[in-house]
Amino acid sequence: MATKKFMFINRKAPYGTVYALESLEVVLIGAAFEQDVSLAFIGDGVYQIAKGQSTDGIGMKNFSPTYKALGDYEITKLYVEKESLEARGLTLDDLMPLVWEDEDDDYAEKPSIRLVSSAELAEVFDDQDVVLSF
Amino acid sequence: MKYSIMVNEGPYTHQASDTALHFCKAALDAGYEIFRVFFYHDGVNNGTRYTVPPQDDRNIQKEWSKLAEAHEIDLVICIAAAQRRGIMDADEAKRQGLDGDNIAPGFRISGLGQLIEGGIIADRQLVFGD
Repeated sequence: MATKKFMFINRKAPYGTVYALESLEVVLIGAAFEQDVSLAFIGDGVYQIAKGQSTDGIGMKNFSPTYKALGDYEITKLYVEKESLEARGLTLDDLMPLVWEDEDDDYAEKPSIRLVSSAELAEVFDDQDVVLSF
Repeated sequence: MKYSIMVNEGPYTHQASDTALHFCKAALDAGYEIFRVFFYHDGVNNGTRYTVPPQDDRNIQKEWSKLAEAHEIDLVICIAAAQRRGIMDADEAKRQGLDGDNIAPGFRISGLGQLIEGGIIADRQLVFGD
């Protein structure tokens, strides 16, 4: 089967609605189909990869550890929109340190998160074959 | 032009399903192909045959079933999303030990791979949702 560039745009907070959780389920299937998968986090979507998430008070499953496994599925391109982070008073230090292992570079751990401006992100979107927004 | 469609919201609460339905009809009228319609999130609720809207309102579920029958369109409900929301076909209901199924004619239940496959095979993938 052909390989296409799939972009998953995550726009919503991780809890409150089911979109983030069910988006992640699609992302993992996309990787299983050996597609060229990228993720983007914009708006409240940046909270999906925030550090130190706890769901103890709301009785929901904390699925944030799954993002740390994305590198193992060869999902290494996680675009975070700079303006969305700044509007929420966040910096890269507030996000989970998500990495992937580069097997061509002695399995060196490399950062998966790419901080990009809105204009740069538009160019990334333009380069995709399939864009699914959640 | 071959389209693949994704419907992410349930009927009536949100316009996404109506708009997707209108798009599919218009695309078919214009001679385009609809490869598949994939129902995800609350969109799976478009596929229960127990929908009984007031008589002076449209029946969105039946419109989908009619479209599937008239044009042999593949209407696929995501199994993971369906299980969370109680949409069952006969096999799945039996497997889960439930006393009945509710899937509407023309719909089938399958996995998320069907969505990815739709994106690979179609020229355009359109998402209808919030």
